[in-house]
Amino acid sequence: MLLNYQAMDNKLIVKLDGELDHHVAENIRIELDEMIEKKRTKHLIFDLANLQFMDSSGIGVIMGRYKNISKMGGKVAIIEVPEKIDKIFTLSGLYRIVEKYPNITEALDRL
Amino acid sequence: MEYKNHMKLEFDSKSQNEAFARVVVASFAAQLDPTLEEIADIKTAVSEAVTNSIIHGYEDRMGVVKLTCQITNNVLEIVVEDEGKGIDDINRAMEPLFTSKPELERSGMGFTVMETFMDEINVYSEPGKGTSIRMVKKFKSLVAE
Repeated sequence: MLLNYQAMDNKLIVKLDGELDHHVAENIRIELDEMIEKKRTKHLIFDLANLQFMDSSGIGVIMGRYKNISKMGGKVAIIEVPEKIDKIFTLSGLYRIVEKYPNITEALDRL
Repeated sequence: MEYKNHMKLEFDSKSQNEAFARVVVASFAAQLDPTLEEIADIKTAVSEAVTNSIIHGYEDRMGVVKLTCQITNNVLEIVVEDEGKGIDDINRAMEPLFTSKPELERSGMGFTVMETFMDEINVYSEPGKGTSIRMVKKFKSLVAE
């Protein structure tokens, strides 16, 4: 699992590349939280275009970051969601708290 | 004629084996000529079941997880078993968003995912003895001759 970051103003874009399961979740949490802090992030955008696999551990990771970000008045968005992963987001009700946009242009426009 | 095939595997309750287990099941299911969606469904369900054994069954202690797959025509039955601590209240454990480990940022969606992505699920558990999760998926394709 590889994370790529791009910071723009107060927004942090995180590209997830690979497979997100329980095995990698803990390290990703730590790395993400450090980067969120370092870049003084208000809004967080997950780009999932290259996410090959995700189970409910991923829901936990996104919900955890949502809790922290929303406490500070920020928003969390996800973009480029692969169809097979969309199913688990819908099922978990994640879209009630996290915004979904088709691409980065739209996400940056709306946040 | 009825087509049958089965496989059996056991591995240590290490989180590295979550990916291993789901890839094995996906490879075994390849003979059913699955769609990409069916493959994604079983990989996710297996990942949830194995993760449950590792986190909840063994609570990160060392143990053995057993994985069995049985194909009968276009039906795949998957059993994930552990000899961990077992589940006290299965109905509660299966409720969406229920987790006994919120501190680990678990979403509590594991059983809901298994129930939704598979056609059938049965959970047998005895506190102190272990847990066995049986999941069934019916594939749309016909079995190869």
